[in-house]
Amino acid sequence: MPRVKVARKSTAIDMTAMCDVAFLLLTFFILTATARQPEPLPVDTPSSTTKAKQPSTNIAVITIGNGKVFFGVAEEAVRVRTLEKMSERYSYPFTAEEKERFSLMESFGVPIGNLKQVINVGNEQRLKPGFQTGIPIDSIGGQASELHYWILNSRYAAKELNNASLRFSIKGDSKEEYPTVKKIIDMLQKQEVNKFSFITALEGTD
Amino acid sequence: MAELDTSSGGGKGGKVRSKKASTRVDLTAMVDLAFLLITFFMLTTSLNKPQAMDMTMPDKEENVDDNLKVADDRTMTILLGNNNEIEWYMGTVDNPTTPTTTGYGKNGIRAALLDKMKSVRAATGKDLFVIIKPSDKSSYKNLVDIFDEVNIVDVKQRALTDITADEIELLKRDGLY
Repeated sequence: MPRVKVARKSTAIDMTAMCDVAFLLLTFFILTATARQPEPLPVDTPSSTTKAKQPSTNIAVITIGNGKVFFGVAEEAVRVRTLEKMSERYSYPFTAEEKERFSLMESFGVPIGNLKQVINVGNEQRLKPGFQTGIPIDSIGGQASELHYWILNSRYAAKELNNASLRFSIKGDSKEEYPTVKKIIDMLQKQEVNKFSFITALEGTD
Repeated sequence: MAELDTSSGGGKGGKVRSKKASTRVDLTAMVDLAFLLITFFMLTTSLNKPQAMDMTMPDKEENVDDNLKVADDRTMTILLGNNNEIEWYMGTVDNPTTPTTTGYGKNGIRAALLDKMKSVRAATGKDLFVIIKPSDKSSYKNLVDIFDEVNIVDVKQRALTDITADEIELLKRDGLY
């Protein structure tokens, strides 16, 4: 019988390549994961069994909490265009640098007169609770409220830039009283925005 | 790849030294950890998105008098009062049938909705129509909760409208305002 010498191979696999790939992917996911922006108005959203995810583009979020209303548009280009339109409307000019800084603000909540100040302070100060007082939602002397024009102009801006109609989401605090929410819903309905969504947290069916 | 040549120096002359341990590191645990983290980041990036509950409201026109008329016997009106309580009735507010106070959740309004859906379908052959009227004392959570319940039991025809003075009286009578 011929002696066949089978070379014995080690069962240990070289994991180096696998390790490389794994860490490459890991780095990729960590870097692409969008860091959650700190919100100037933290709210505790009520939960629901709705499964539909909120779209991340072409959307504007109206945040309601403590009787204050904040407004934010998802896309930076639309944000800037909205600001330009608003500054035209209220003849309140903004410099290019201020527009640039504004484009990085996720949401804001001050009357347009104070917006310059909010744009120019540091991030830390801006996110301090109570620093931003909310966008005025009451109409004054036959003039529609500022929020009304923010909504209207953001819709124009989205149409101009993306040729899409902007969607609106209402993100309210659980304890917020209904009248404030109703004001916002009425405001949207007045502009014939009859479809909008409520942002909720996930909840299991009971 | 991840090995250093440790065999040099062997051979000629010299003392026979004890065999050097391989510098090869076991990467299994490291790979395990890396994949665990990958999985975590992959899942959290998509799960982090908040949920959106879609709402559709009817067109609001300033001077409409052709309000949609719905048969009384298949209309259920839900009034949202304070302290997370609900009062619901069938029919009209002048002559409400079975005004009942209840809570949110499985045993409260959901049971009532399911019950009425069944009985209305049996009696009229048509679907239940739900009108939701939040009072000023209710919270935003109440509004979302009631829409969630309506979505769960799948009532197709529902509307959100303003509360009337008569209905506020009804809530007051039952201590929900």
